[in-house]
Amino acid sequence: MSFRYAKTALTGAVVLSLLISLFANRLNSYWLIIGYNIGINLILAVSLNLINGYTGQFSLGHAGFMAVGAYTAATITNRFGDLNFVAANGIFFVALLAGGLAAAMAGLLVGLPTLRLKGDYLAIVTLGFGEIIRVILQNMNAVGGARGLSVMHGWTNFFWVFGLAAVTVYVVTALVNSTYGRGFIAVRDDEVAAEAMGINTTKYKVTAFVVGAFFAGIAGGLYGHAIQFLTPSGFGFMLSITYVVMVILGGMGNTAGVIIAAVLLTLLPEGLRLLADVQHLPGIAAERPLHWIGDTRMIIYSLLLIGLMLTRPQGLFRFQRQSR
Amino acid sequence: MTEFLQQLINGLAFGSILALIALGYTMVYGILRFINFAHGDVFMLGAFAGFYLAPRIAAVLPLPSIGGGLVVLVAAMAICAVLGVVIERFAYRPLRKQPRLTVLITAIGVSLFLEYTGQFAFGAAPKKFPQILPVYPIARVGGLSLDSNQIIVFVVTIILLLALRFVVLRTKIGAAMRAVSYNPEAAALMGVNTDVVISFTFALGSALAAAAGILWAINYPAIDPLMGILPGLKAFVAAVLGGIGNLPGAALGGVIIGITETFVSGYISSTYRDAIAFAVLILILLVKPSGLLGKKEVEKV
Repeated sequence: MSFRYAKTALTGAVVLSLLISLFANRLNSYWLIIGYNIGINLILAVSLNLINGYTGQFSLGHAGFMAVGAYTAATITNRFGDLNFVAANGIFFVALLAGGLAAAMAGLLVGLPTLRLKGDYLAIVTLGFGEIIRVILQNMNAVGGARGLSVMHGWTNFFWVFGLAAVTVYVVTALVNSTYGRGFIAVRDDEVAAEAMGINTTKYKVTAFVVGAFFAGIAGGLYGHAIQFLTPSGFGFMLSITYVVMVILGGMGNTAGVIIAAVLLTLLPEGLRLLADVQHLPGIAAERPLHWIGDTRMIIYSLLLIGLMLTRPQGLFRFQRQSR
Repeated sequence: MTEFLQQLINGLAFGSILALIALGYTMVYGILRFINFAHGDVFMLGAFAGFYLAPRIAAVLPLPSIGGGLVVLVAAMAICAVLGVVIERFAYRPLRKQPRLTVLITAIGVSLFLEYTGQFAFGAAPKKFPQILPVYPIARVGGLSLDSNQIIVFVVTIILLLALRFVVLRTKIGAAMRAVSYNPEAAALMGVNTDVVISFTFALGSALAAAAGILWAINYPAIDPLMGILPGLKAFVAAVLGGIGNLPGAALGGVIIGITETFVSGYISSTYRDAIAFAVLILILLVKPSGLLGKKEVEKV
């Protein structure tokens, strides 16, 4: 993604999300939630792209960081009753930040000891950390344990979701395009050579983990205040895999591609659901002729994944080779 | 003391099953260097193969009986062996030259495909696995209970481990497997047909997973299409713990994870049991990243 217009794009996106949020209450709640999901998934995929795509570290624990952020933010806002508009949004912002910071701490905890690991080992350890976070949450009675936690306030709105999504995209793009940030790409391309050139690979890997986890935590907070109910089992490793798939389909280390993939993959299950509900097709007498899609849409999803990997392993949206 | 012995027996039985699954992970990793995420689902399909075969075999042979049970076991192993070869042929072989990450994602895709197809074809609700073996109580001293099903797990596991050891160390295809795992290019130059060896490895690993599935279903008779996820992950952890690519290591890792998990859930808290395997893994990797029996690999520039 070209960085030249990034600040203009950032301002534009924030203003646009503010404008949309003014009209959001005209939308029906089904489409509203899908809209929130698009923005939240976008934050998660773009932040994971910093770890998996730009820095070349394979993390399978993003849902764990998201869970830390979601629970932290919800615990904070649940302490407050009904507040006026300004106070509510102020508290919400602080809670989101706190969720992000808590997740960043978790990222630091994961990043520090696992630096010595590479590739598959790192993948399985991050997966393990995600599962450990889930099991710990399941055993924490203060946040409801396995029964789940109700989030009292539905404070998530278009402005927060897409404003923060724009900030995420901006920060990640600015980071990897800065002089400092070339180090991430150096670590990905050849760790040994990067180390020999005097790059502190350890520091870069931890930075990637911490920044990625921070935004995952923020996305978790947004998610919690949109859905208003959290269960530990909702943050299993299947969810992490969803974000990894978005990053891979978008093309690792290609922010624009990852954004498109996040939007498409959020809409895909909804699209298949709509197709399954089609009442009539021209020329076919049967009612709901596509109802079988409803039962098989996850099979279709997995087949699409396998097919895409077999035909376009470099990602769906990478059309030119990156210069090396 | 009886409780300790009981936990030890339960842990060994659970660990033996994990060991059988872990062997499949470690063999594939030894040769192709990628995590076959779909392996846990082959384990699930092994149990379901047994579930659907049992009534058909009962029409010919008496069930539950030792002979009939063995036929179910062998038939499920054969079905999953074929399935493993098919998965490798269509999903992994076209990606042989691609980065390992691509293959890993494809493996996740295959895993999802098997799980969701399982939910579609078998139904998502748990099914009761039929009794295929007669159950005899062996010992019931104080609080200790040991029945023939647990003995069967130990016996079958030991026989399969010895058979695997024989195949890998004493046969021509076993020598070829070791050669390919040591250096695929050199092995190919020496006239080893790597495609055949890789197919054979998948067949072997999947058959062991199917055996584990049947043994699991005998001891914990509720089976469902998602039953393979957690045992699969834990077995992978066991393989890493023992040193991935190392066969005795995988068996040892399986037993260690099985016993640790059973003891922790028995003596400390059962709600933390699913986190134990990962905690052990992280500790081991911090101290000895190559695993208990693994060799240290030095990266060359």
